Amino acid sequence: MTNKNGLTRVDGRLKVTGAIKYAAEYKFPGLVYGVVVSSTIAKGEITGIDSKAAEKSPGVIAVISHLNAPKIPGYDRKPNDFDPNIKTFNDSKIYFYGQPVALVIADSFERAKHAATLVKVSYQKQQQQTSLTANLQNSYKPWGDGSDYLRGEANAYRNASVKIEAEYHTPIHVHNAMEPFAMTAVWDGDKITVYTKAQAIKSMQQDIMNMFKLPIENVQVYSKVIGGAFGSGSPLWPYAKAALIGAKVINKPLKVVIDREQMFTMVGYRSPAVQKIGMGASADGKLVGITHEATGETSTYQQFGEGITDTTKFLYDCPNVNTQYRLTRLDLSTPTYTRGPGETTGVFALECAVDELAHALNMDPLEFRKKNYADHDPEENKPWSSKYLDECYSLGAEHFGWDRRKQKPASVIENGWLVGYGVGSGAYGAGRANCSARAKLSADGILLIQSSTSDMGPGTATVMVKIASDIIDIPVENIRFELGSSALPAAPGEYGSITTSSVGSAVFDTCTELKEKFKQIAGGTDNPDYLKILKEHNLPFVEVTHHTSGRAPDADKYSAHAYVTHFVEAHVHPATGMVKIKKVVSAVDGGKILNPITARSQIIGGVVWGIGMSLTEEGVLDHRYGKYVNANLGDYHVATHADVPQIEVVFVDKKDPVTNPMGSKGIGEVAIVGFAAAVANAVFNATGIRVRDLPITPDKLI
Amino acid sequence: MKQFQYIRPATQQNVLDAITKSGTKIIAGGTNLVDLMKRGVTAPDKLVDINHLPLKGITPTKSGLHIGALALNSVVSENALVLQKHPLLSLALKAGASPQLRNMATVGGNMMQRTRCTYFYDTTMPCNKREPGTGCGAMEGYNRMHAIFGASQQCIAVHPSDMCVGLAALDAVVIIAGKKGERRIPFVDFHRLPEDHPETDNHLAKDELIVGVEIPDNNFAKNSYYLKVRDRQSYAFALVSVAAALDISGGLIKQARLAMGGVAHKPWRLYDAEKSLVGKAPTEENFKVAAQIAMQGAKAYEYNAFKLKLAPASISEALKHAAGVV
Repeated sequence: MTNKNGLTRVDGRLKVTGAIKYAAEYKFPGLVYGVVVSSTIAKGEITGIDSKAAEKSPGVIAVISHLNAPKIPGYDRKPNDFDPNIKTFNDSKIYFYGQPVALVIADSFERAKHAATLVKVSYQKQQQQTSLTANLQNSYKPWGDGSDYLRGEANAYRNASVKIEAEYHTPIHVHNAMEPFAMTAVWDGDKITVYTKAQAIKSMQQDIMNMFKLPIENVQVYSKVIGGAFGSGSPLWPYAKAALIGAKVINKPLKVVIDREQMFTMVGYRSPAVQKIGMGASADGKLVGITHEATGETSTYQQFGEGITDTTKFLYDCPNVNTQYRLTRLDLSTPTYTRGPGETTGVFALECAVDELAHALNMDPLEFRKKNYADHDPEENKPWSSKYLDECYSLGAEHFGWDRRKQKPASVIENGWLVGYGVGSGAYGAGRANCSARAKLSADGILLIQSSTSDMGPGTATVMVKIASDIIDIPVENIRFELGSSALPAAPGEYGSITTSSVGSAVFDTCTELKEKFKQIAGGTDNPDYLKILKEHNLPFVEVTHHTSGRAPDADKYSAHAYVTHFVEAHVHPATGMVKIKKVVSAVDGGKILNPITARSQIIGGVVWGIGMSLTEEGVLDHRYGKYVNANLGDYHVATHADVPQIEVVFVDKKDPVTNPMGSKGIGEVAIVGFAAAVANAVFNATGIRVRDLPITPDKLI
Repeated sequence: MKQFQYIRPATQQNVLDAITKSGTKIIAGGTNLVDLMKRGVTAPDKLVDINHLPLKGITPTKSGLHIGALALNSVVSENALVLQKHPLLSLALKAGASPQLRNMATVGGNMMQRTRCTYFYDTTMPCNKREPGTGCGAMEGYNRMHAIFGASQQCIAVHPSDMCVGLAALDAVVIIAGKKGERRIPFVDFHRLPEDHPETDNHLAKDELIVGVEIPDNNFAKNSYYLKVRDRQSYAFALVSVAAALDISGGLIKQARLAMGGVAHKPWRLYDAEKSLVGKAPTEENFKVAAQIAMQGAKAYEYNAFKLKLAPASISEALKHAAGVV
């Protein structure tokens, strides 16, 4: 349905009526159920697995572990970047608490679940290290010299007339998608079909091919719909490997769904970080230097690094910038991409530091940002493809009523609550990758477009239908976009805010080519009447497949980013330390906004997680065991409805001339970037208390 | 989850007969019990469903208000008599859990809910409450949510209920049915401190059934408040909560009731603080003095020291709201 805000979700009705099928909802004759048994130590060796009681339990078909699993041909391969690198059921080594150690397969989920509690695993335990702050001294350079960056003079901030130095801490964040991870695996000889949550369908297909050394035609991956992923849905996780092995061993269709607690240890998380920032400016507020040092964590068996300090290199016009990035290896599972990976963490510290320096200068923090506006990319020394961050500042300020902000903290009280305004900006690369699409217009008037992308929530199919309809002038109701299958033309994974730009460009090119083909058939006309042409030429359909390069023309000459500026009004109770976010305005430069209604939802989603990040979310470990103590949705506090106020989203909505033919810039990641800083800055403005350690819970404000 | 039997005896007497056997558990709303069963914390042989018993009524008595044990938390919180006579109870109920849970949870079940201590729920961890003699995981562990009053070497868990804090402040009485008939005990004596037996939460015998609570009429309706300080605005247990009720007449406090949640193994009545307020004017200064008195004997652990500051601040704040001096 189209309204003034664009096209509503083409699969919306199916979703709200429950008609759509998620990965765990596929049924097959003879389907059996697997439950993963997880380790109860964080480091050491399995010394024995007693599965007798489980095997005797009613309905149990098999208990699979490293003791009886077949040799997996691909385990001798060097894993690629996406491979979580744990060779499930290969050996006895334990790398983290909650690692899959066995799979119990039974004829019902309940029976498998119960039998899993009967498997007794014995261990030789070693002392684990799971605290980042306690192990900072063991950090290393993940990318060699590339871990450091210098422009101008190092630590120049120290000589500035006004300067601040501060240390910021961010905790573990768990994606906690509503839909639990699931894989249904169906082997047919040496052919495998899987139904799962996959942001990156083609790379998952490749991972399975690698694992079993199979040709591409033997591996089919379906991920038709995703109930949230936020970056966690790309790798072939250890639980999924367990499902593939289990199904192979028993030679029956097998479904494995992990539980909420396992979602904390088996499918990645956002690395915590310790960041130090030094920032200095001249007395009139011109930046002199920024030093940004960040340390995150990774596992002992795999390196995962992220660009925590990246935005610091280009967001402001500053002659002297030096950054360093370090990792510490801990006895935990490997972190993974988590909405705004790197930027979300780094920009929290950067934008708090900017606020701290503006305060030290007694300047309005927005004025300070304007004064240090980068009109070209100072890191790459290139022009921007487009940059309307200044319009985000002014549009957002106007909609928010920023002019009512008091510069002096703790100077506004309403009904016994301290009131503060805060601002935080962010950027995220406007990237693009190679993508193919197929378009087929049939005599029944239906335009079918296909590509192997996925939809983890933003409304991929919806925006593709919109893009197609802008080129091929037929009603949106007659356009279908099919995604979620590895058999479709190759698309990149849905991550890094590249989908609309990459798949959209392919759809744009494919539809343009299709239109051209119709024009040729008709012998040249500007506005082909498609159905008439098919009829006149007695054609059942016309189809084209087009491959679109991920390199936009002249892209190398420019630096391309999407931008956001979040404005937050926070109320803080002076006696109890409770914080309520009363108002949010997020102003976004996402290039041309192709479908405002779904674009707005993406920003709202980012802000809602930003509220969780700033006020409530924290994965807490008991380091004595290396185990989470809040691995459930009761104790790990994602924002509830009551925590979320009205969120106003304002788009600059101006075309980027470089990124892609539609002029858009991806906004999924940038939506959350800078938000937590806006909250922390608002809390400071309200109270005069600077919380540098997320989340900002009541105990930190009393 | 272990396989179990499920029965629904026709009458209250049949229920009382059924629960005499060991291994049986009563199920009402099931909002806590089912979780405990899924996590393997408890594994009953038999569930005795009582949802159909006629214990849902909310009715005035000669000197108070009777609330049936099976009245839903959501229903009680919206009941006209409750709102009129005991708005504090309504506030406390609405501060608890989420609307979905309140629609399932009953008054009796709310009283019987068990601590949310993470070490209690995790069967791989030590916990004297779950498995006596295994030690207390929280004592040296992540004890941010834990007790500052009345804890023992065995257990530092807190009772999670908001409703119970309100009922403790309102001098409610618990009506319990057993084989020998009914008995009534003060609500404040229903739950117990952990001492050497943290596995026992309360004084309800295994063969007894809560049939209702009764709140005596009082003069607190005009000046009462429930303050809950928590990590998010809904669906989070209290860091600290305070039920405050004042009977103010002629500018002086005639009677005061104060109880706290999130600080002890049971709803924690602040008797000395209450006494200190009697005869005083309802001023912030007097509230602060009462709050300091309330904190005598408080003891914190590694992660919950903030409660030593948050608790008195919350007492004072709740009293200000109750007195209408905010």
